[in-house]
Amino acid sequence: MSFISDFRAKWQEYRRPGYYEEFDYAWTMTVDLDRCTGCGACVTACQAENNTPIVGEDAYAKGRQMQWIRIERYWEGEFPDIKLRFIPMLCQQCDAAPCETVCPVSATYHNQDGLNAQVYNRCIGTRSCAVYCPYEVRYFNYNNHHWDSPLDQQLNPDVSVREKGVMEKCTFCIQRIRQAKDHAKDDNRRRVRDGEVQPACVQTCSSEALVFGNRLDPESQVSASMNDPRAYHVLEELNTDPSVVYLKKVDANVG
Amino acid sequence: MLMSAEPREISFAEVNDDVVRSLVVTGRGYYVTLATSVAVMFACFLFPWSFQLYYGLGASGINHPGVWGTYLASFIFWIGLSHSGTLLSCVLHITNSSWRKAMYRSAEAMTLFSLLVAATMVMVHVGRPWFIHWTVPYPNQMEMWPNFRSPLMFDVMAVTTYLTGSTIFIYMGTIPDFAAVRDRTAGWRHNMYVLLSLGWRGTDTEWHRLHWAYTFLAVLIVPLAVSVHSIVSWDFALSIVPALHQTIFAPYFVVGAIYSGTAGIVTVMFMLRKYMGFGHYITKLHFDNLGKLLLVLSLLWTYINVVELFTGWYSGASTEYEALGYRLFGFYAPLYWEMILFCAVAPLILISKRFRTSFVPMLVLSILINIGMYTERFLIVATSLPRQYLPDAWGHYIPSMVEISIMVGSLAMFVTLFLLFVKIFPSVSIYEVKETFPEPEPDDSPGSAAVSDNGVT
Repeated sequence: MSFISDFRAKWQEYRRPGYYEEFDYAWTMTVDLDRCTGCGACVTACQAENNTPIVGEDAYAKGRQMQWIRIERYWEGEFPDIKLRFIPMLCQQCDAAPCETVCPVSATYHNQDGLNAQVYNRCIGTRSCAVYCPYEVRYFNYNNHHWDSPLDQQLNPDVSVREKGVMEKCTFCIQRIRQAKDHAKDDNRRRVRDGEVQPACVQTCSSEALVFGNRLDPESQVSASMNDPRAYHVLEELNTDPSVVYLKKVDANVG
Repeated sequence: MLMSAEPREISFAEVNDDVVRSLVVTGRGYYVTLATSVAVMFACFLFPWSFQLYYGLGASGINHPGVWGTYLASFIFWIGLSHSGTLLSCVLHITNSSWRKAMYRSAEAMTLFSLLVAATMVMVHVGRPWFIHWTVPYPNQMEMWPNFRSPLMFDVMAVTTYLTGSTIFIYMGTIPDFAAVRDRTAGWRHNMYVLLSLGWRGTDTEWHRLHWAYTFLAVLIVPLAVSVHSIVSWDFALSIVPALHQTIFAPYFVVGAIYSGTAGIVTVMFMLRKYMGFGHYITKLHFDNLGKLLLVLSLLWTYINVVELFTGWYSGASTEYEALGYRLFGFYAPLYWEMILFCAVAPLILISKRFRTSFVPMLVLSILINIGMYTERFLIVATSLPRQYLPDAWGHYIPSMVEISIMVGSLAMFVTLFLLFVKIFPSVSIYEVKETFPEPEPDDSPGSAAVSDNGVT
């Protein structure tokens, strides 16, 4: 009967909501909408870091752009009394991710850092994860992409180039996280220090609107930022338990 | 009972003659139709699909919010079409409805072939079909299971089980007929039927066992068939996409499946009657009964459609309103109202017995219903995904030429398979049709070989 009790123990361990809170790290990002200027530097940085293809004009017009992080724009009012609101949208690394349950081959799964990982080599391209994702942040490779010279020279060797028929999305720059963990191990340290690892978008953000870190560490910058009273999750009512926290823009005109 | 519709007497020997003739005598029209459908299959299905395999799914019209397209709609449509055949046959077998006997063989064949086409549509649908075997749990070097939580994985299980079940069911029910045909043919056909009939001799024990196993399978397949389309519906209902995340989806899909499947049977019955010379077996009675079934199903389908709309409306969620509005009054609104016209309004005419017993109007209606049902599946995919939670990511999905061509090609594939079937399988059950006739007088003349080899006396 030990098999059954083993199974039960494992089941209970992995069925318990929030079990990932006991993992080594719980990588989290905060996006301060008060600081965000909508400049789009994060979009460019992400594209350069992660070998995201430049799809070209035609594919963009068809709605086949590849932007692991994008600036969503919402217009309010009519010209000339018009206002623009924008919000950077990237994979929310949900802890209760709808995309993870639907993949028939487990190509997307929850890793030990609370990240929503995507295994390109395992993906068979059912695209159901993109349907299940309420944030629309999963991007599909509709065809093989190529980089005209000299753009092929700037491909990041730490990141694989994805083939046609594969789903891809923001990884929180998992290659950098891996590297930081390796460094920490080499230095005989057990843990990665706060600020030691930053995704490309966070690194490049000129107004420091993006903050990245481990929310399990109460001293970290991201923990402080998360506890801001302006903090909220996008589409919180869907109970996806996202790891990206937005800080609301304080609107002086709201009376 | 059968006689009431068409009062001509058919003797037992004539049944064998008619069925064997349908297998052996092949007119020029058959070859022309077969050649056409094979040509269409190559030109409209295999060629565009090869292009898509080479180029990637960009050959289709799918884009960022609308990542599912007509391939998935076709998959649901073909799975749905498969539903009436075996399911109907099983239900009617269990309830001892003798009018089933002249039509069930071809209805079951329809199940089989539409399942095969549906499985092919999955291959067309996924981005990397060369790895599709990863969805099947088998021991492998990667030490990876498929994801047992995934509704798509349930789908693979359900469809393969249903395919296996209905293949065994149709084959087992045909064994005595293979034997009958074996005894009436010569040459390579004879050899083929010797293999297919598995040495059937028609002894009492054999009949007894066949009947037992057949009923057992029939009982087994009914819940299986219901579960298959429920599971297909979970692909949608388990998501949190507005307008798809509804508990009504499983019954909605099952009813829709049986509905379109029954309409498909009417179409096939008409063709068999007209072109294969089975006019004496498939009679007005069958069309009348199928018409009544279609009427009930259309009412059920309409009811569930209304419930679906109201569920969205009563939710009070802005996302649900948006999805509803887009479906009812958006870009694809003409298609939506076409579907309502074909599937909810037009079938009401089935209330008239005169309509149910006239063949050509029934054919037209059955085709209209299936056009409407394809539209339904298309709309489920095309109007919900481009309108999800974040308005900035909204989009449009319009099928490309490759998708439309593959849609036509899959129909040609179905027709090709069916045309091959009618020349290999006796498409009307010889022994069960005889069961519905009055028993003939004992006849000892040497010319009546047809009766003896089946022992249905």
